Amino acid sequence: MNIPTDLRYCSSHEWLRLDGDIATVGISDHAQEELTDVVFVELPALERAVDAGDPTAVVESVKAASDIYAPVGGEVVEVNPEVEADPSLVNTDPYGKGWIFKLRIKNPAEVSSLMDAAAYQAHIS
Amino acid sequence: MTSDLKHSPLEAAHQALGARLVPFAGWNMPVQYSSIIDEHTAVRSKVGIFDISHMGQFLVSGSAAEAWLNRMFTNNLARLAPGQGQYTIMLNENGGVIDDLIAYRTGESDFFLVVNASMIDEDFFWLASHQDEQATLRNESDLWAGMAIQGPLAAEIFAKVCPGEMLPARNGIATTASGAIVCRTGYTGEDGFEFFCPAAEGIAWWEKFLAAGAAPCGLGARDTLRLEMGYPLNGSDLSPERTPIEAGLGFFCDLEKPDFIGRETLARQKTDGPSMRLTALQYTGKGPPPRAHYPVANAAGQVIGELASGVLSPSLMTGIGMAYLPTEYSKPETELQIDVRGRLFPAEVVKKPFYKPAK
Repeated sequence: MNIPTDLRYCSSHEWLRLDGDIATVGISDHAQEELTDVVFVELPALERAVDAGDPTAVVESVKAASDIYAPVGGEVVEVNPEVEADPSLVNTDPYGKGWIFKLRIKNPAEVSSLMDAAAYQAHIS
Repeated sequence: MTSDLKHSPLEAAHQALGARLVPFAGWNMPVQYSSIIDEHTAVRSKVGIFDISHMGQFLVSGSAAEAWLNRMFTNNLARLAPGQGQYTIMLNENGGVIDDLIAYRTGESDFFLVVNASMIDEDFFWLASHQDEQATLRNESDLWAGMAIQGPLAAEIFAKVCPGEMLPARNGIATTASGAIVCRTGYTGEDGFEFFCPAAEGIAWWEKFLAAGAAPCGLGARDTLRLEMGYPLNGSDLSPERTPIEAGLGFFCDLEKPDFIGRETLARQKTDGPSMRLTALQYTGKGPPPRAHYPVANAAGQVIGELASGVLSPSLMTGIGMAYLPTEYSKPETELQIDVRGRLFPAEVVKKPFYKPAK
């Protein structure tokens, strides 16, 4: 199970990578393995304002549709058109090309309240 | 209630393969082993094996067996010679579907019935409560392990695992030297057979079929494969409120044979035309996978029904589904829309099957 140590994680299996005030969000290797065969990704509208915990995107496997929640509050500033065209990137490269959206965050304190890799590892085991 | 789940005699084999087990029709069954799409593709291009031990088996015998079952089912058993089987439907008094099943004639007065897992008790009760004194009915569902070997290479797999034995002809049934029952039927649209053996021998046979090259496939792929063929699933596409005429299964209802339960409604619907039809829909563009209960709208956006079944077809890589719709919307090429989380995606009515297997 790949759990990069430079990311933060939610109990609902999103990861977050912070670069300045921009947070990139995707789903963990564990989550993609649980979902298997991602066949559709529904991206949020640009400029949408979200609070932590808001359903922001949808990732669908053959069997089920799963909401992807905003790990922190902010504004959607970028979405990944590549996962829309090729949803399997969420399976093959969940922390890289499989990213889903980027937020301009409101409150950095929200980021530090997320799990680190060790805590997430404990959460899923 | 996990504790109430029934367990397949093959469950240990599924666990050893790392399958994901889920409750289905009261059974703890494998939904997938690795990937639904890979398993689907294995069946379309090579061969896969499914655990169908959850399905029910009834044995009916006696001098009145044929006449009695012909009153209980829509299709005509008089057309079957020993060794042949047919898809048929059991109706309530109103013509609504209790269950769909395959009935095989194993002897002049002997029949082997394979029914849906979720309906074993209800079917047995319905049959028993209408039973003819000159026929016996036995529920052998717990005695048999079942597996379906499906795909273009299924006959090769059979030849490897049962050397020197003959596969029955399409829809046929035979007994192997070892006492297993082999039926040339399935739920995928591909060539293949269903294999029933005593429960205790299940894992040994399962492993022989795997060793011969069949890929283990779960209920997820079973659902995508059957829906690509437009085959109905009882509980989703069939219900006591819908008749086989509405479901497009008139071919399997013999209105010319002597009376059977539910016939009156079917005859009337056949004459007048049903007001609703189970209609096949396919996306005309891209969209999220359609799923059961998503609303279906006409071109103007007015909701006219909901999906009974829906899935992203792994063979066609587009959304497909079936919905009971007013007959005026059931003509091929009718433009419709599927409502996914409040957004409408264009679809059109198509002819079944959605996908034609290579022959």
